[in-house]
Amino acid sequence: MAASDNIPASMTLTQRANAAIRQVPVWLVYVLGAAHGAWLFYLGATGGLGAEPINELERRYGEVAIQLILLGLAVTPLRQYFGLNLMPLRRSIGVLAFFFVLAHFLVWAVLDVQTAARVWDDIVKRPYVTIGMAGFVLLIPLGVTSNNLSVRKLGPVLWRRLHKLVYPAAVLGAVHYLWLAKGFQIEPLVYLAITLVLLATRLPWSDRSRRA
Amino acid sequence: MAHRYTSDLTRDDVTPKQLYLNRRQIMMGGTALMGAGLGAGKARAEDAWDLTLTSYEDVTSYNNFYEFGTDKSDPARNAHMMTTDPWEIVIDGMVDNPGTYSLAEIVEGQTIEERIYRLRCVERWSMVIPWQGFEFADLLERVGVQEGARYVAFETLARPEEMPGLRVPIIDWPYKEGLRLDEAMHPLTILATGLYDEPMPNQNGAPIRLVVPWKYGYKSIKSIVRITLTDEQPPTAWNTYAPNEYGFYSNVNPNRSHPRWSQEFERRVGGGLFARNIETLMFNGYEEEVAHMYEGMDLIEFH
Repeated sequence: MAASDNIPASMTLTQRANAAIRQVPVWLVYVLGAAHGAWLFYLGATGGLGAEPINELERRYGEVAIQLILLGLAVTPLRQYFGLNLMPLRRSIGVLAFFFVLAHFLVWAVLDVQTAARVWDDIVKRPYVTIGMAGFVLLIPLGVTSNNLSVRKLGPVLWRRLHKLVYPAAVLGAVHYLWLAKGFQIEPLVYLAITLVLLATRLPWSDRSRRA
Repeated sequence: MAHRYTSDLTRDDVTPKQLYLNRRQIMMGGTALMGAGLGAGKARAEDAWDLTLTSYEDVTSYNNFYEFGTDKSDPARNAHMMTTDPWEIVIDGMVDNPGTYSLAEIVEGQTIEERIYRLRCVERWSMVIPWQGFEFADLLERVGVQEGARYVAFETLARPEEMPGLRVPIIDWPYKEGLRLDEAMHPLTILATGLYDEPMPNQNGAPIRLVVPWKYGYKSIKSIVRITLTDEQPPTAWNTYAPNEYGFYSNVNPNRSHPRWSQEFERRVGGGLFARNIETLMFNGYEEEVAHMYEGMDLIEFH
């Protein structure tokens, strides 16, 4: 049965969108995300990512990761200010973001830097690597607890508090991106600006309704 | 005077012709054969002494030329917009014959020879490129360097209507570079007008660019429109932007670590997704030829 069959015509556009979103099976989000990651890897292995596929794959995974983190952070303000409800997909967006950060880290460590000693050296000595790594570490407990069992065990209050770690992680990720750019570049600045705007909607003074 | 430097090997010694023309196809064929691509890319360099040529396709599709955009593929996509004919270079400062020279006047009478050089980027990738060009010293000889001149300053074209990258103040345009006079006069230092026996592609710095093989790639300034002899160390683009990261000398030096990248190793472009890193050589492998110019200098402080 097509999704639209269940949606009465009298609904507003937002309501129709929300109804459609509720019908997206979560597994589909995971399958699409995994397929995209695998496709990028395949491109890299077969010459589709240019002359230097290692750096390109590293960058692409990092970009998808930061885009997914920002999408996850946009869920609450989208609902608050526009009534658009992506909440049913938020956890899968977050988990996918975590896996893209992990893939980004692995390509960097295994394919790019290649030796454990040099990986450690970079983490300790290069501030932009250090903060990228810090962002990744902050995301690990979130990735590990993104399941119903953990929500039950921690209780919703503690779980929600723990998952606010995504705020500093997002800032660290955006600064990491800005820092590794050579010269004054626009793209990382745009990501940082979006990150800060999305976080600003969480500040008490911007809270027009209730906290989410 | 031409032929003051000859690399030990000719192009045919380092790579059979079919291989350097078809390396990517061969690699991709190997990849298909091996499924996931593990073990493909037979042209991998074992160490940085290896002079196996980087394929023409890679040399002309993976470039840093921020006037055309910051992505490595931007120059190949956008550089066709640059007008390279007519082309003039202003030569001024402490020279006997200052003036505006056409490209033809600059190149006239010079012996164009092939130089197979390693190119080492500060971003840790490297290539081996067969350049065609002539020694910069021969041009200096012709314009007459005056007593007291100690440095040479260079400038790249900055033409906003043909260079979309100039819209963003990534660095302080126009791009500037500089060499000490003895470095500029060194027989390894060439003005290149072509590569792979083709006229210089726009994305590689047409119609004429500097190649200084013992320094990081950004010292080898592209699409030159001004050459100035001076008695003071000239400002250079990346050094002005971040002095702690990019020094005036910028000699390839595995012992001087860039704040954002270790410079101990590098990777040859063209080795695919599983290419191995190789150890970077002091002065990019030209230590024997150039080390004497820096005797007694602290190369960490004067990086």
